[in-house]
Amino acid sequence: MKLTAGLFQSSLGRKYLMAASGAALVLFVIGHLAGNLQIFLGRDVINDYGEFLHTRPALVWSARIGLLAMVGIHIWAAISLSRENRAARPVAYAQWSPTVASYASRTMLMSGLIVAVFIIYHLLHFTTQTPAVNFTGQDFAAFAEPGEGGEPRRDVYRMMVVGFGQPLVSLFYVVGVGLLCLHLSHGVSAMFQSLGLKNKSWGLTLDKAAKAISVAVFVGYASIPAAVLLGLGKEVVK
Amino acid sequence: MAKKLNLTLKVWRQNGPRDAGRMETYPARGIDEDMSFLEMLDVVNEELITQGKEPIAFDSDCREGICGTCSLVINGVPHGGRKGTTACQLHMRNFKDGQTITVEPWRARPFPVIRDLVVDRGAFERIIQAGGFISVRTGGTPDANATPIAKEIADKAMDAAACIGCGACVAACKNASAMLFVAAKVSHLNLLPQGQPEKNRRAQKMVWQMDREGFGACTVTGSCEAVCPKEISLDFIGKLNRDYAGALLG
Repeated sequence: MKLTAGLFQSSLGRKYLMAASGAALVLFVIGHLAGNLQIFLGRDVINDYGEFLHTRPALVWSARIGLLAMVGIHIWAAISLSRENRAARPVAYAQWSPTVASYASRTMLMSGLIVAVFIIYHLLHFTTQTPAVNFTGQDFAAFAEPGEGGEPRRDVYRMMVVGFGQPLVSLFYVVGVGLLCLHLSHGVSAMFQSLGLKNKSWGLTLDKAAKAISVAVFVGYASIPAAVLLGLGKEVVK
Repeated sequence: MAKKLNLTLKVWRQNGPRDAGRMETYPARGIDEDMSFLEMLDVVNEELITQGKEPIAFDSDCREGICGTCSLVINGVPHGGRKGTTACQLHMRNFKDGQTITVEPWRARPFPVIRDLVVDRGAFERIIQAGGFISVRTGGTPDANATPIAKEIADKAMDAAACIGCGACVAACKNASAMLFVAAKVSHLNLLPQGQPEKNRRAQKMVWQMDREGFGACTVTGSCEAVCPKEISLDFIGKLNRDYAGALLG
């Protein structure tokens, strides 16, 4: 009872939930990137990876349910805390200087909400493969190639190449991951402070590591639409 | 002969807690650059009184940077932005001739404006009452060295105890969070052997009172530490986060 009330009602408890769910989501973002970068190893490798996931529904669905719970907790904590934060200063300053507060730290709610919209689009685009949102006039769900033994299997490679072949869609992805990385450049280090794991002896290193991770994640994710627009995989869309 | 400055002040004026308040502009002429910011306000007030106007209400007490009473947001920064300095120790030589200076009170729902630049910081007192103490049996004075304390611990507790409770951390935070104040006060006692018996209860009760008063949460922007006249470290907020987690599990 004390633990539940402390976690869900106190400001510190909700920051623990925010940090812990954020940590789980960052690990997913890195794992998902590692999976997707296999596109650079060729059509067979990424399609093998797609097949690996699709033949393990228990694994995929436990991950999805877990991620949905983490996203739910993260957004709930963010919105409930932000409402209190706003209420705590009913009269704004005529002049206010952020001093050392970084742009990323001051815009976490906004960057997070835009990333949430991007994630919904991303799920409709590549997970549910809703034709209306891919703006190519093609049905990604119908993309298949002969797998082992000649049985048709999903052609993830072609889906990515055709999907990112749309410059505006690619641009939206780059903006989406850009904001995600702005969010992470603050969040990855702040989560340690919220959980009481940061101090001056390694705080500066942690701040730098958070920025380095964000830049690496951005470059990694943005490289895929960029490579497609520069001609990667054009042989499959002839 | 010290240089004289002519300045323009934009000051928050509010007749009482229920008044809406507004910014008003006043000239500050012939200000000695060796004056403190509060002495400059005294000069402006003398002028206002001479003209038959209401002087600007502002809080001050010791005027030597140790009491935590002065509470002015100067040009958007609590205490004016000079490192480790309260507004009373901020001298006019830090400003340029002809400059316009905005002066506002701490802005936070738990710190209601009483008049002009004076706010009610009773919320901090109630947080202290919730757990910022140690319960001891009364009796004879204990021997000075009866409770040995390692130097590193004593130093750290002293760093936390340096907090003068001025509230600049709340004023600077985009969320009007009181985390740095509460962290300093909890850490000061939680570090010392005398504070151990009530360690968990202290963390829990002071955090609850902080939330109940309506302060915002910590977003780890670091602006509280940057404006703190006593340079209280963010590390204490990390310690409060640990102590509160320990209290929830303990």
